[in-house]
Amino acid sequence: MSDYDFTYYPGCSQSGSAEEYGDSTEAVCKALGIELTELPDWSCCGASSAHMTNDLLSVALPGRDLAEAKKLGRDVLVVCAACYSRMKIAQKRVLEDEELARRVEESVGEDPRFAGQVRHLLDVLVNDYGLARIKERVLLPLEGLKAVPYYGCLLVRPPEVCFCDSVENPTDLDRFLEALGVEVRPWSFKTDCCGGSLSLSRTDVTERLVNKLFTRAEEAGANCIVAACPMCVANLEMRQQPGKFSFKIPHHLPVLYFTELLGLAMTLPGTDRWLKSHIIDPMPLMAETKLMIPS
Amino acid sequence: MIHTVNRRLEAKLEERTGQKVRHCYQCKKCSAGCPVAFAMDPLPHEVMKLVQYGAEERLLKCSTIWLCASCETCSTRCPNDIDIAGVMDGLRRMSLESGLASEREIALFHKAFLNGIKLAGKTNESVLIGQYKALSGRLFDDLGLGAVMFLKGKVKMLPRVAKDRGAVRRIFKETEKGS
Repeated sequence: MSDYDFTYYPGCSQSGSAEEYGDSTEAVCKALGIELTELPDWSCCGASSAHMTNDLLSVALPGRDLAEAKKLGRDVLVVCAACYSRMKIAQKRVLEDEELARRVEESVGEDPRFAGQVRHLLDVLVNDYGLARIKERVLLPLEGLKAVPYYGCLLVRPPEVCFCDSVENPTDLDRFLEALGVEVRPWSFKTDCCGGSLSLSRTDVTERLVNKLFTRAEEAGANCIVAACPMCVANLEMRQQPGKFSFKIPHHLPVLYFTELLGLAMTLPGTDRWLKSHIIDPMPLMAETKLMIPS
Repeated sequence: MIHTVNRRLEAKLEERTGQKVRHCYQCKKCSAGCPVAFAMDPLPHEVMKLVQYGAEERLLKCSTIWLCASCETCSTRCPNDIDIAGVMDGLRRMSLESGLASEREIALFHKAFLNGIKLAGKTNESVLIGQYKALSGRLFDDLGLGAVMFLKGKVKMLPRVAKDRGAVRRIFKETEKGS
């Protein structure tokens, strides 16, 4: 039995457009001895669409997953910031509001009052596993990478359920990246919204938010953006300049997951596959910094 | 011009969301920090004022409640602890129920998203995009992006489904009136 033993809630994106996030999560956890057992027959948390249109549904959908987790007893590990937020909020509400808990129990058919912890992988790595121990595992210090840490919304807000050390200026991801040898560039847009929930419907709004983030990251002297949310990454990579038949990207700054950089620093096999699956190709940056030899 | 003030809307929102909009004293922090403010009319602090006035129809028809991205920056900064994003959620749900909703495409996106979960128990991006395109009629958007995603292996043709889809459908049925 490992010191770190979790029920793993993979979330939908990690087997879709964010497969590299899911794969790198599983690989780094395995390498660090963080044991993950997938939640049996998990279902979608409902994300923004549920809470924006139906309050009870927004608690009942993650409520089903919480009920499954309750049967297993172990703490739950989540990597998607949206899944994390919806599960934490649903859990808080069913534990604090007995009437709501009864209504959720009725619709789910099982007891959603999971009293264990729901954790984000970044939280576990920074606050439990510890940066000193992560540093010991770094075989390839990521020198040459100049990153802006991008937290987005749901890792930090609402602060009552989130783990980050500050709601306006969190440093968890900053410190994690420094432990890997990355130069962290200061910027004021760590927690600014990327407009993920409007990505398909009001693309014009999303485009403006996304381009602002890239411009500010470039001004901060970064050569990459590092995130911990599949919605943020998808949005940044795909929503710079939406069009019908063509696809253009004005900004070529790679957007990477923190787990991919940990894999790279630990020289885990599979890292090149994850990096190559990005829409904004990070391989020129890898070659320029000599962190990965082009194959 | 608003000539009358009534407390009905404020009371309805308090019942739905637990938020006391009367506590707003118009400091405008919400609008100052809102990343989507550039596209909004009315601005978030004006929404709070209109709630206090009871301007229900105007609010349920406005696009602001749909443009709110739920980033919760306003809720976090409000000096009176009003969960402004929660109030937007409440207004949006009332707007759907009343049939006054503007921003048809945003509403259709949420519908397509939830339909996908009802169908498969999990969200499949290809199903979501297909449903959204069919509902909104925006068939030719993002074809270029789609090709790039396909080449990068980001388009998964086989949808993943939860085994017990009946349980998920049951949740949808039981919560139908739960907004």
